[in-house]
Amino acid sequence: MIPAKFDYVRAGSVSEAIALLDKYGDEAKLLSGGHSLIPAMKLRLNRPAVLIDIGHLSELKSITEEGDEVVVGANCTHKQIATSELIASQASVLAEAARTIGDVQVRNRGTIGGSLAHADPAADYPAALLAAEAQIEVEGKNGRRKIPAADFFQGMYTTALADDEVVVAVRLPKGSQGTYEKFFQPASRFAIVGVAVVKRNGGVQVGITGASDTPYRATAVEQAYAEKGVDAAELAAEGVDMMEDHFADAAYRAHLAKVLTRKALA
Amino acid sequence: MGNFIGKSVKRKEDVRFLTGKGRYTDDIKLPGMTHAAFVRSPYAHAKILNIDTSAALRAEGVVAIFTGSDECGNYGVPCGWQVNFKNGETMREPQQPLLAKGKVRYVGEAVAIVIAETLEQARDAAELVEVDYEELPAVTNPKEAMQDGAPLVHDQWPDNRAFDWCIGNDRAEVEKALASAHHVTELEYVNQRLAPNAIEPRSYIADYNVAEDKWTLYTSTQNPHLIRLLLCAFALGIPEHKVRVVSYDVGGGFGSKIFHYTQEALLTWVTKQIGRPVKWTADRSEAFLTDAHGRDHVVKAKMGFDKEGKIVALLADEYCAMGAYLSTFAPAIPTYLHGTLFQGLYTTPLIHLDVTAPFTHTVPVDAYRGAGRPEATYLLERLIETGAKEMGMDPADIRFKNFIPAFDGVNQPGYQTQVALQYDSGNYAPVLKRALEMVDYENFRKEQAEARKQGKLLGIGISTYIEACGIAPSAVVGALGARAGLYEVGEVRVQPTGKVSIYTGSHAHGQGHETTFAQIVADKLGISIEDVEIIHGDSEQSAFGMGTYGSRSLAVGGSAIVKSIEKVLEKGAKIAAHKLEAAVEDLEYADGKWTVKGTDKSISFGDVALTAYVPHDYPEGVEPGLDFSSFYDPVNFTYPFGAHIAVVEVCPDTGKVTLKRFVTCDDVGNVINPMIVDGQVHGGVVQGIGQALLEGVVYDENGQMVSGSYMDYAMPRADDVPMIETDRTVTPCPHNPLGVKGAGEAGTIGATPAVVNAVVDALWHLGVRDIAMPLTPARVWAAMQGKS
Repeated sequence: MIPAKFDYVRAGSVSEAIALLDKYGDEAKLLSGGHSLIPAMKLRLNRPAVLIDIGHLSELKSITEEGDEVVVGANCTHKQIATSELIASQASVLAEAARTIGDVQVRNRGTIGGSLAHADPAADYPAALLAAEAQIEVEGKNGRRKIPAADFFQGMYTTALADDEVVVAVRLPKGSQGTYEKFFQPASRFAIVGVAVVKRNGGVQVGITGASDTPYRATAVEQAYAEKGVDAAELAAEGVDMMEDHFADAAYRAHLAKVLTRKALA
Repeated sequence: MGNFIGKSVKRKEDVRFLTGKGRYTDDIKLPGMTHAAFVRSPYAHAKILNIDTSAALRAEGVVAIFTGSDECGNYGVPCGWQVNFKNGETMREPQQPLLAKGKVRYVGEAVAIVIAETLEQARDAAELVEVDYEELPAVTNPKEAMQDGAPLVHDQWPDNRAFDWCIGNDRAEVEKALASAHHVTELEYVNQRLAPNAIEPRSYIADYNVAEDKWTLYTSTQNPHLIRLLLCAFALGIPEHKVRVVSYDVGGGFGSKIFHYTQEALLTWVTKQIGRPVKWTADRSEAFLTDAHGRDHVVKAKMGFDKEGKIVALLADEYCAMGAYLSTFAPAIPTYLHGTLFQGLYTTPLIHLDVTAPFTHTVPVDAYRGAGRPEATYLLERLIETGAKEMGMDPADIRFKNFIPAFDGVNQPGYQTQVALQYDSGNYAPVLKRALEMVDYENFRKEQAEARKQGKLLGIGISTYIEACGIAPSAVVGALGARAGLYEVGEVRVQPTGKVSIYTGSHAHGQGHETTFAQIVADKLGISIEDVEIIHGDSEQSAFGMGTYGSRSLAVGGSAIVKSIEKVLEKGAKIAAHKLEAAVEDLEYADGKWTVKGTDKSISFGDVALTAYVPHDYPEGVEPGLDFSSFYDPVNFTYPFGAHIAVVEVCPDTGKVTLKRFVTCDDVGNVINPMIVDGQVHGGVVQGIGQALLEGVVYDENGQMVSGSYMDYAMPRADDVPMIETDRTVTPCPHNPLGVKGAGEAGTIGATPAVVNAVVDALWHLGVRDIAMPLTPARVWAAMQGKS
């Protein structure tokens, strides 16, 4: 449980972090809460030469309103998100997901930006962000851009982030009230399957994590909902390859996706 | 006497545990101490073609690197129990080398040891050791290991069989009885492989002192004296009187720290080579990969019944994995600690078990809490429960019908089983009656039917068990292949001031001996519990000892202390009689003093102790001092028993099992500290629940462990378990002075089948008959779909 040697740099600002990322390239990793990165480093599964610490940057720690959006800074902890009044009233689906992450210690340290950049296929936030049609705001040497959640998650531990980019915020449309139904993997307490549903304008938006190697929008469910109501949940795994492990085979994951979607739609 | 026995005295040792003041091996830092890291095999089976240590040797801080080609490669650790083949041949016993030589046989097997100034440097340098392997096919499942063409774990033998073994009545006779039975229940299942998961990983420090030509080994072991014996006499061939083995506080063992591990011997060899102390502490990944595992039986079993539900015969065939090498007690676990329990609590007249124990490309398998007895109980209790249901009988009634009638072992003789053992005392019906009462069994069936109407799946599962504890009469286990005696040593040193130091060969790693043993001593001597200190875990303090496992400490270690106390009181009486100018026969001892019967003339224990050490006015022919040591060798095992009942609810949508209640009524004989016994039962039950619902070591087809972390290996947590409701009956052990039977493993032995029986009960009406452990929601759901 001792990481390989690494250098540590504390970035003074987001732009300094970007400059450092540019300088060190793929030898560097950003450190925020460190709750995914540090365990992987201790097992030497991940061995960055340089850690660029952005965890203390207060510019990324706020939760604010901007027009029709709720803007959640990348350094916000899961605890902050789970207990924010603004999120509770305008983007509750995110708080619902945050509440199920890890344990108290993890929620006190882990951050949304770190979790999203890590892109564990069983992480909780992706389901909520997909359901909310959130955007992930990132900044790189070429400036800022907003990436729709549906484009951000590209595979297991793979995102649309460029090497020099930092997640700075998550933008959720106001009115992203919804639910998150999670079936816990008993060892890791990640999601075997997690389903987030946001109901908006009479329709439903459904995000599913854990089931497949990439979190996905259950579009078949969304399209059938008007006609079938909660029975549309039967389409939750339609056309998606399910993951398998010793806790759950593909058939069971597909079944859970349907059960949890039905529960979340109800 | 008795101010302490039977009282829930708070644990004396908890003050240091709860305030972070324990003395664990990894806490010890010696001057000049170096640190070790291992290069481990990434393959389950491979030839080692070449090991290049040159780059690693140049790395910063490296002191030395050794591989199997060095002298240490000639040494191996021995197996402590010999089982013979059915045809009488000796079991196949490969050397378990201190470092792999020529071949690796499981993922995680140590190939090289790197010693450096700091742990960080050792770890970094270990990565620079280059090993060329030629990967070979591997087999990890014990049944597959016995199939034709299975990859061989050891090339010198034609197949993977370490030994085969049988016990009980003539197989043909048992088969005949089954053929003519009214009903036969048959089950095929896997009693899965478990990782022991003690909270403290294994940790060792070896320190060779040149000036004294003497070694000290600090080790997180359950039995320091036995480790010294195995290390000196068998592994390294070094003089035993030159080695001190110290094991102060140990953070749990569950069996996994009984065994003599290669690292203990290797570090002891290394320290002399480098002339400096060397420390190694496993990290959690290494613990998963290299701590000896438990269970791993592939089972086929049949139980035959007559019309009334009386068991007429029991037959089982099991493949029981040994792993790549024979760990210290490994051969005893699926044999003498398993087959000998096949009588259970029942009058079954015909029993036969055939065991095939193959080598597999996995870490060795050995004792894990319960050690053979949970496997026996699981087999019996799943079979009798299933049999009852198949015959439309009540699972409680069928057990009452089959129970051995009560016997106290004093007025009635012990019960001779069909499988070698003779039970000491037992009264089985009351534990089940009480557990049924506690769970309100009569009303449960109504509640279950009602719940089912509302779409809820409730189930209840019973398990009644017996175990053999108080391990063990030396002559008996010697006849069965043990290569050691299994007595215990207890020394009482009364200090001149009357304070008492107890040196025990038992070893505490969570059991609370410092309290329980002190209660016995304070009680018997009529002194304050604060005046008693329990010392254990140092081969140079306690004269000898066999350590702690098999729920033996109180029954065997406690009895040794009692013997010494009796000797103290006997000698003390002579001194007291002299001082009181009375005859020994005229004295009585109570409340810490000898009194001349019928008078107020008395002398306190403390005054007698002082006289013994300042013998100015002293009885003739009596030696000074008040200090006795005793070896206690039990005449029999002890046989605790009990009934466990689980109530579960299964989610009809997801198959997730929720434990609603867990009820136990155990009989562990006399109880010294009820709180500690409750704690042992709680912990054991939770481990048993863990096996039923959550835990399991999984190897993939290449022999890679895919469950080697707490992200992938599910341990039970507080919120997985309801409040455990415990009660007890008391059937004293007739053959030890305390009447105690042992409580350390009862929970684990009883709990697992109760939980599985409950889940199957909840789903019986859907056609579910069995589900493989652990009963993950995925497996339960598949069974509900008819796919189990």
